[in-house]
Amino acid sequence: MTDQPAIVGRGLSAAYGSRRIWTDANFAIEAGSFTAILGPNGSGKSTLVRLILGLLAPAAGHIEVLGEQPRRGNPRIGYVPQGSYFDPELSVRGRDFVGLGVDGHRWGVRISGTAKANAAIAASIQSVDATGYADRNLGRLSGGEQQRLLLAQALVGVPEILLLDEPLSNLDVRNQQSMVQLISDVARRRQLTVLLIAHDVNPLLKHIDHVLYVAQGRLAMGKPDEIITSESLSTIYSSPVEVLRDSQGRVFVVGLEEEVSHPHG
Amino acid sequence: MGDLFRYEFMVHAFEAGTIIAIVAGAIGYFVVLRGSAFAAHALSHIGFAGATGAVVLALNPIVGLLAFTLGAGVAIGALGNRLRGRDVTIGIVLAWTLGLGVLFISLYRGYATEAYALLFGEILGISSTDVVVTLMAGVITLVAVIAVYRPLLFSSVDENLAAARGVPVTALSIGFMAILAVAVTEAVQVVGVLLIFALIVTPAAIAVRFTSRPALAIGIGIVLALAFTWLGLAIAFYSPHPVSFFITSLAFATYVAVRIAEPVRARISRTTARKATA
Repeated sequence: MTDQPAIVGRGLSAAYGSRRIWTDANFAIEAGSFTAILGPNGSGKSTLVRLILGLLAPAAGHIEVLGEQPRRGNPRIGYVPQGSYFDPELSVRGRDFVGLGVDGHRWGVRISGTAKANAAIAASIQSVDATGYADRNLGRLSGGEQQRLLLAQALVGVPEILLLDEPLSNLDVRNQQSMVQLISDVARRRQLTVLLIAHDVNPLLKHIDHVLYVAQGRLAMGKPDEIITSESLSTIYSSPVEVLRDSQGRVFVVGLEEEVSHPHG
Repeated sequence: MGDLFRYEFMVHAFEAGTIIAIVAGAIGYFVVLRGSAFAAHALSHIGFAGATGAVVLALNPIVGLLAFTLGAGVAIGALGNRLRGRDVTIGIVLAWTLGLGVLFISLYRGYATEAYALLFGEILGISSTDVVVTLMAGVITLVAVIAVYRPLLFSSVDENLAAARGVPVTALSIGFMAILAVAVTEAVQVVGVLLIFALIVTPAAIAVRFTSRPALAIGIGIVLALAFTWLGLAIAFYSPHPVSFFITSLAFATYVAVRIAEPVRARISRTTARKATA
């Protein structure tokens, strides 16, 4: 870990045209840390990701990614977009898809460096334990298998930051846990900064260092056990929010959205 | 067999057919991958209005065809690949331009043969100049496909991801439709606007059922398009029936055979896999 934070937001506001999403956010993501981005649907979690990727300019304030202005196509960021599940009819081999993470953004066809690219692709697939099905058709793989190959694609360019937009939705509980474990292991091994958008914090609790809450036009960051409490969430959002814990230590946040934030919702 | 190449028109047909099959087989892969089969079909129909319009104005129909397919291709590309309701919009424009085509045919006196050739292809009427023009257009489209190969594949598989990696997805979408427009214009000479599917979509649709490796799928698509064209021409030479019929029938029969054989192949590979693990 270095002293310099991986991502810094100062007085940061996001908007689509005149529609404000959230305003005046101040945060610093430590290099090498694992942060869960939580919050209700439509609160602007993916908007934050778009700002980091340089796909959206801030409406106000300042954002820095690895000490520089965000820019599109930054090779220092590995990204898995939201809802990336492939059409069953899509006939592309997993290995070829991971290869797009190497040089898919370059013009032309791969002429030189084929051996080097193939080695990097194989290593990345190996690092997510996907070697067994990497040569199969992407569209015919299960959701968990597709997510692992998406992760391999994000890792193949040797990034410093991993941005994962809801990689756990559509996975069953068992797959969610193994996926989080995998992300956590890879991140520690490679000293990656991970930002992971999730609906439910429970599968992540054991692994994350920080939580970044996005709700009601505001961002709030802190350690999980400090921020996910009735008092702190109620103070941040100046409305009654209740955090319930069940016998197995799972947390449920009530009050930030209309309905109860259900673990499998 | 020697008879086949005794006539100049057959030699020209084989030359042009070969170039077009290579182009159609290659670009067809991306049409299938991007789910743009309907757009490809529509381009040729929209081109029909341009071709008949050009005939009315005493211009070369190919010029009108290319102008309309290019215009429509750029417009469809700008609509975006994943836009919901895109096919409805394309269909509405398609119906209107076919109506225009009907008007243009009625305005032109010697319409019957000209229109028939546009609709169903006229590969046996290709001149040596046509072959040269086809070759140039073919080389341009192939070079263009190779130039955009990786980012086009990337944005066809996952547009959001490609955009985040800095791929200009909208410009590529427009560029691809422009390339497709040129390819469609070339292919119309062989199979006509109504039968374009058989050369551009069917070979690629069969190829992706055999392999999920992009480069290999393109190769298989080209081989199939070549086989349909060459066999179609050869059979037609010895029969009184039109070439287009044989090309489309070969494509259709192959597709049906592959779909029927699929469950059988799956069972065989499952059995082999079980034996291998045992």
